Amino acid sequence: MDRFLFLTLDGLSRGAVYAAFALALVLIWRAGRIVNFAQGAMAVAAAYVAYSVTAATGSYWLGFGAALLAGLLLGAVVDVAVMRLVDHRSPLNPVIVALGLVLLIQAVLGMVYGNEYLPARAPFSRTALTVGGTAVLSPYDLFVFATVGVVGAALVWIFTRTAIGLRMRAAAFAPEVSRLLGVNVGGMLTLGWALASGVGALAAMLVIPTGLGLHPYAMDLVFVSAFTAAVLGGLDSPPGAVVGGLGVGLLLSYVSGYAGGDLIPLAVLALLLTVLLLRPGGLFAPVTARRV
Amino acid sequence: MSATRAAASVRAAAVDPARRGRSLPTVVRHLVVAAGVALLVLMVSYQLDSFRNFQLATVAAYLCATAGLTVLTGLCGQLSLGHGALMATGAYTLALVQNAFAERGLTAGGLLVVSLVVAALATVVVGAVVGVAAARLRGPYLAGLTLAVAVVVPALTVTFDGVFNGEQGLAVPVAPAPAGLGSYFPHERWQLWVATVATLLCLVLLANLVRSRYGRSFRAVRDDEVAARLAGIHVARTQVVAFVISAGSAGLGGALLAVLAQSVSPGAFGLTLSLFLLMAVVIGGLGRLAGAAWGAFLLVALPDLTHSLTNLFTLSPAAAQRLEGNLPLAIFGSTLIAVMIAAPGGVQGLLSRLVRALRARWPAGRS
Repeated sequence: MDRFLFLTLDGLSRGAVYAAFALALVLIWRAGRIVNFAQGAMAVAAAYVAYSVTAATGSYWLGFGAALLAGLLLGAVVDVAVMRLVDHRSPLNPVIVALGLVLLIQAVLGMVYGNEYLPARAPFSRTALTVGGTAVLSPYDLFVFATVGVVGAALVWIFTRTAIGLRMRAAAFAPEVSRLLGVNVGGMLTLGWALASGVGALAAMLVIPTGLGLHPYAMDLVFVSAFTAAVLGGLDSPPGAVVGGLGVGLLLSYVSGYAGGDLIPLAVLALLLTVLLLRPGGLFAPVTARRV
Repeated sequence: MSATRAAASVRAAAVDPARRGRSLPTVVRHLVVAAGVALLVLMVSYQLDSFRNFQLATVAAYLCATAGLTVLTGLCGQLSLGHGALMATGAYTLALVQNAFAERGLTAGGLLVVSLVVAALATVVVGAVVGVAAARLRGPYLAGLTLAVAVVVPALTVTFDGVFNGEQGLAVPVAPAPAGLGSYFPHERWQLWVATVATLLCLVLLANLVRSRYGRSFRAVRDDEVAARLAGIHVARTQVVAFVISAGSAGLGGALLAVLAQSVSPGAFGLTLSLFLLMAVVIGGLGRLAGAAWGAFLLVALPDLTHSLTNLFTLSPAAAQRLEGNLPLAIFGSTLIAVMIAAPGGVQGLLSRLVRALRARWPAGRS
């Protein structure tokens, strides 16, 4: 029972990160009908910026801020310099270009930093605190929950309570009408990319200290898991992404706890296959589901 | 069927003035071209040194996979990031079958044909499973699912390491070149011959398929699913067929790679291989078998080129190693982005445009 409780809490903490990353995917999907397959590579690039800044200044938090800033900037640059130039008539094109970005970003990171695992520092202890003899959450888990919670709340606030959020929603929902009403649709799309990439960078900062360390390919499996989470919740639904992320986190925690960590990719594939075959619109799909 | 074929060749003759007067059936024409290529490779194999022969054989192995992928992605409009995993299926099946033969003391060279066929068939089965799931999916969903398939390969080999021997992989016993060719016959030349014959057979089948009723259904499904359905095409079945055929080619390609390397390990079939295959067909020109050939050639030539490029500079060993491992990826990635934005037809598209421009300048009648 203790083990189950521990795995559940660990899974929720892991799931919070997947939720954040899935949220980043959903943001871009809603803004431009693109699944950003380069999200993982872009997030790793931001994490490497944090590594450099932390190494130069000795401060974790300066690095953390630098990663978020780098994430925002990278998202905007990718949209303006690459994605906007792509012919969007075939849905394959943006996917292929994003995969090209994956190769390019990972190769550049490998050239600059090398393909070895670099140590990634966690700002808080990762040893679980015990309550009444049972190991529960570590301070780091609490930090993860708090950060993802704050980011989620901030996104909700931006999209529902601010003028710029309204413009972003309008630009995604009805680009032509919004343009007539004076909304800078292209700018809103770029802003959406920047926000999503920033959230992705944050997720990478949270997840990398829990794994083997910093590596150009560190986010590949996280990306697949987060994509599964986003599909589980329905690619169109931000609350769905959060629920999907927590669900995937729980599943993977149980699988690695009871069956072995090597089975994680298999479990992700099985879950993704099941969701796509049984309920391709996701758990939270509206009635007029999008054909996938 | 012969009426359809005749109609197709009439259309081809009408479209392409260079083909005028050629009324050979498609199959015969493809076989003639294949025989010509085989003869060319035979002559070239005696001119090149062993290493170049081996590289050319690798091109042939990759060509199987890229040709299959270009049929799937270019003709049928389905994106697969899982072809590296399908190649792994073929490679591991070949390794297991060859090892089973060796254990029973069967070492005849001709058994390699059996192993190659079994490898392709096993991949066809795996492809059918993935394809049935994939037929219900579009665009990013399909890409995500096949991406998950690609990520699973290393995990599978580690989980079932009793069969696949984990990270280390399996050795592939391959019989040496037949004694009739002489005792000093280089092994690499024999490898090139084997790979070329297998690849040409695969290509002839694919080329005929592209020009057949199935090829036309693929293109119809790619361009407009609703219209295709109205025309009486079973869309889901067509997509599964495309996936299965493509998987079979990829499996054969993977099996050939295993024969060439004489070993298989999960490291060679990671996600990067899947991405490389996709890059190759896009840069070569999506949907054209000639484009797949350009792509396969690039896959082998580019790492070689960057190797000689990095040798030009005097670098510290560590920096040279970093550059050598990553420069091909960087070049591939940036070329891919540039091609998608500037020249979506790829190399083959540019070539056809060049040929058309030259024809317009010097019409056939005057030259």
